[in-house]
Amino acid sequence: MTTDSKSAPDFVAPHVRSLPKSGIRDFFDIVAGRKDVISLGIGEPDFQTPWHIRERAIEAIERGATRYTSNLGAPELRQALAAYMRQSFQCDYDWQHEILVTVGVSEAFDLAMRAVLSPGDEVLYHEPCFVAYAPLIRMAHGVPVPVETFRKDDFRLTVAELEKKVTPRTRALLLNFPNNPTGATLDRADTEALADFAIRHNLLVISDEVYSELTYEGGRHSMAAIPRLRDRLIFLNGFSKAWSMTGFRLGYACAPAPLTDAMMKIHQFGMMCASSISQTAGLEAVRHGDAAIAEMRDSYHLRRNFVVASLNEMGLDCFMPRGAFYVFPSIQSTGLSSKEFALRLLNEYNVACVPGGAFGACGEGFLRCAYATGMEPLKEAMDRMKTFVRALAH
Amino acid sequence: MDALLDLLKKNARESDATLAKLLGTTEQEVRARIAAYEQEGVIRGFQALLNTDRLDTNDVRAVIELRIRPEREGGFDRVAARIGKFPQVESMYLMSGAYDLLLFVKGASLQEVANFVSARLAPLDGVLSTATHFMLKTYKDQGVLMESEPHDDRLQVCP
Repeated sequence: MTTDSKSAPDFVAPHVRSLPKSGIRDFFDIVAGRKDVISLGIGEPDFQTPWHIRERAIEAIERGATRYTSNLGAPELRQALAAYMRQSFQCDYDWQHEILVTVGVSEAFDLAMRAVLSPGDEVLYHEPCFVAYAPLIRMAHGVPVPVETFRKDDFRLTVAELEKKVTPRTRALLLNFPNNPTGATLDRADTEALADFAIRHNLLVISDEVYSELTYEGGRHSMAAIPRLRDRLIFLNGFSKAWSMTGFRLGYACAPAPLTDAMMKIHQFGMMCASSISQTAGLEAVRHGDAAIAEMRDSYHLRRNFVVASLNEMGLDCFMPRGAFYVFPSIQSTGLSSKEFALRLLNEYNVACVPGGAFGACGEGFLRCAYATGMEPLKEAMDRMKTFVRALAH
Repeated sequence: MDALLDLLKKNARESDATLAKLLGTTEQEVRARIAAYEQEGVIRGFQALLNTDRLDTNDVRAVIELRIRPEREGGFDRVAARIGKFPQVESMYLMSGAYDLLLFVKGASLQEVANFVSARLAPLDGVLSTATHFMLKTYKDQGVLMESEPHDDRLQVCP
């Protein structure tokens, strides 16, 4: 028996129904199930989680460390994260009141939005960007306000663009550098200027720095390293990218006690705590994972060189990103839209890349290529793209 | 270690063009640096890494612990140099601990290796004792697992 869809009651809330599907999801559906595709569409490290970290997770299960932890996260892990923040960015967060361990950075961002937004509050975020920000702002009844970044600025966010979009309703500024999908980073002058902007307009800053460890040149310039921003900053970071721990779903937020407490309220009712097993693994990662990070970072660094050189050589303009594991070449010279380019590349040459438009309107004309893939498939993908671009030129 | 050497350790067949792109340099520069490493004796050769268990051969490998008497002049080096000349010896290391030299030896049969030890190694002047262990299976060699890791099972496209 089937239900008549016309008469079936619709229980889905209008603001959820109106939420567009992720452009990445669209593309995933097209690629899914196809064999012999080389995918540069994966926003996930290709490395296995370092063995010593996996081994600690196994050991946690063996000794029965499989119960709830404190809502904020296991004390040892929060202490280790406080030490990590001090060492990485010379900033002090009190592990007892200012650090919250979450189920990935995604949950942390969701908590931050729900903790600070009232209906109608505007949040400035830069595009092209990670696909989850605008929907999560909307789900917290906020208004996402995109701010464009441009190839001419190597996709860095400028205060000039922000000034065009800020209004009396603007409540917060979201930052994500090193950036997914462009690989853009900020330098010291940028972070200082953004901090001044936030203070001038009395904004909260939420900085998602999940790719921070994967910075190849120019140094890591964190918003957390700016003391005058401290009382208006929610710093987000996680284990997925740097330590290759995506499936562990582990992230954290550092923020002044009142903000941490507000986020924790939602977290304790909605999530209780992050997986205790993942937290044990995370503790091992943050204490002893430096060598593993360095090895993976070196490998990404070289692959980035290879991919940028290959793309420019085949005539696709591509700036040299200093972080994350994405390059964002322009395909405008081919005359195709980014979706047409990506679809034909997939259908005719079995290479998957994500069209730039999936990351915001100003991503149109670009393509996201993730180089978190082994050298052999990467070489093959570059060869096929070169053949495709050549064929287009004739 | 130089990133070029790292890359060659991982894949010695990588083309000069790819190496140049990876390192952000030119092919000529890559060729010059490899030549210099060969000249200096840093690079001693390029070999394929085989899983011999998968080859149709009866070759056997053994690990031999050797205790030797150091000489007044030259320590262990002279005896080691003599032993190293045998083609059966694939690798040899000077060790700390209960014995002095560790040898990796290859032969066409168990008998051949046994003969090599008893007829050639043990009688050598300066060799005090030998302990031979036959290798049964290779799990990992030169940092490479002989059975391939699970294939890439990540989602094909993700944010």
